[in-house]
Amino acid sequence: MNIHEYQAKEILAEYGVKIAEGGLAYSAVEAVQRAREIDGDVWVVKAQIHSGARGKAGGIKVCRTHNEVEQAAEALLGKNLVTHQTGPAGKICSRLYIEAGTNIAKEMYLSFMIDRSSERVIMVGSAQGGMEIEKLAETNPEAIIKIYIEPAVGLQDFQARKMAFALNIDSAQLNHAVKTIKGCYRALRDLDANVLEINPLVLTTNNEIIALDAKMAFDENALFRRHKIAELRDNTQVDNREVAAAEAGLSYVGLDGDIGCMINGAGLAMATMDMIKLAGGEPANFLDVGGGASAERTEKAFRLVLADAGVKAMLVNIFAGINRCDWIAEGVVHAVKNIDMKIPLVVRLSGTNVEEGRRIIADSGLPIITADTLADAAEKVVRARNEVVAKKA
Amino acid sequence: MAILINENTRIIVQGFTGKIGTFHAQEMIDYGSNVVGGVTPGKGGQTHLGLPVFNTVKEAVDQVGAEASIVFVPPAFAADSIMEAADAGIKYCVSITDGIPTQDMMTVKNFLRRFPKEERMLLAGPNCAGTISPGRAMLGIMPGHIYIRGNVGVVGRSGTLGYEAADQMRLLGIGISTSVGIGGDPITGSSHRDILERLEQDPETKVALMIGEIGGPQEVEAGRFAKENMTKPLVAYIAGLTAPEGRRMGHAGAIISSAGESAAEKVAILKELGVTICPTPSLMGQTVAEVLAKL
Repeated sequence: MNIHEYQAKEILAEYGVKIAEGGLAYSAVEAVQRAREIDGDVWVVKAQIHSGARGKAGGIKVCRTHNEVEQAAEALLGKNLVTHQTGPAGKICSRLYIEAGTNIAKEMYLSFMIDRSSERVIMVGSAQGGMEIEKLAETNPEAIIKIYIEPAVGLQDFQARKMAFALNIDSAQLNHAVKTIKGCYRALRDLDANVLEINPLVLTTNNEIIALDAKMAFDENALFRRHKIAELRDNTQVDNREVAAAEAGLSYVGLDGDIGCMINGAGLAMATMDMIKLAGGEPANFLDVGGGASAERTEKAFRLVLADAGVKAMLVNIFAGINRCDWIAEGVVHAVKNIDMKIPLVVRLSGTNVEEGRRIIADSGLPIITADTLADAAEKVVRARNEVVAKKA
Repeated sequence: MAILINENTRIIVQGFTGKIGTFHAQEMIDYGSNVVGGVTPGKGGQTHLGLPVFNTVKEAVDQVGAEASIVFVPPAFAADSIMEAADAGIKYCVSITDGIPTQDMMTVKNFLRRFPKEERMLLAGPNCAGTISPGRAMLGIMPGHIYIRGNVGVVGRSGTLGYEAADQMRLLGIGISTSVGIGGDPITGSSHRDILERLEQDPETKVALMIGEIGGPQEVEAGRFAKENMTKPLVAYIAGLTAPEGRRMGHAGAIISSAGESAAEKVAILKELGVTICPTPSLMGQTVAEVLAKL
């Protein structure tokens, strides 16, 4: 689960990391009010969306008067910002963070994440901040330092010092740097974050070390024990279809194609989508209905897939293990009758009680296209989709 | 032979008396697995499904000689149950539980590393369908009847995609020595490589099939291991060709977060390492058949 920059900064401040003075605004009036509360003569108006690279997308504006703050706020609020991380649909900006301008002497990079290879938290830093770490890794990999942290003992002072020296921090700021680095690590560990990235971490002309940007992402599986973090969820930053799916307890990812999918199991779902692509189609979604697909759950899943107006044909692929094909078939028949489907539906059933399941579909009298194998199902749904498109044209 | 489990392996169920534990314990017993009891703290001394219930795993090890366990404990408590099994001297543990926090799994792996390698419990999962040595024992939640006994060793992340593969092979008359689910989480007890190492040692296994997916380094590490250390051919399928970067595809670990983690990139690297790639997921059985025919 992602959170906004301002939320990450509030968390980091509690862990002893210094941040610039700032405040949240939902309107241009509030934005000016926040600017008035902050000393100085430069303010930065920052669009709060769940994405990096906001600067390039015009989401960060430096202002020198309250009037400029107002204009910047009006320009950003309600605007859809598109970055390379948001996809073409972009993300809507409905919150702004107004921050005191910072005089930067030096930009650095610092991040912590769970490394799947070593199964440890890894701390990554570079004295060259401000640019994307992936690009730096390509152009100048020697400029990146990595330190692995033992889970049993946590981040030690000597490791934090090692990182601080690698970031070329002067001895005079060493203790402050160590406090900052250890605070970040504790925030990640204490709150079940998967990623914490500060890019840039800056040294100001007043010799202060501050987190100028902050990104945190949390482990969904740990939210049951992180209630305060769970409350930070912002559904305006998530695809509407995914919000509805989460409420129905289904695992759904919206994509750009037009063939709707309902499958049991994440691996089989990905494989079925691969098969659709190999057959010349594009999936509209990933949807795992899970092991115990009851009639009620099946209907919810159907409604979710069909709520996407762009869907031109739908494929159901179920491999019944714990559940049974006849139960699934009854659920599908029930859902199709209840929903009044207007697009072609291809159903492929396999596994426990498959003959019985196929008989229920055949006896229903509904115009359901059945398929025997994964390849057969993908070919049939792509053909049905192409016929729908040809008819409309 | 077969690896990890056979008809004699003494199995206990952790989370025995719960609804899910009860259902699958019965399925495993019906399949012929040697289930010798279960653990539910606080219910020790009772009898469930005609078998003894213990308060602790240690009691089950001491009193009925438990060697393997399967964990159906809810996510918040599962890591603790896995560590209890390791501490009690269980040799092989399968964790079915989906939704264990990643940092809990870091703690579990760290705990396991404290044991000398020869005494260390092997963990498969979490978030997997379990392990089956067809015709001998099932330590999992899979539909046992689609697996026939044979000489193909299978390791995979996904449950239902593993069933799909087993079913494709069954229709071609190809059987399985052992099929191991390693699960869809970012940090897993065993890696693809750990299981391939054992399949390579197993005289009954002639070919290995790896069913991988997007995200993480495990498939490529397994490919490197196969090139350097395996005499048996490795066939692989990597799911997630259409998955966009940065999006979690159901499994907590199925997310492309850095270079080399997409399906296309993994396939390209595995091909270079000499792994036979299934061109489509509907040709997993066929590809294995072709490799077997060349032996």
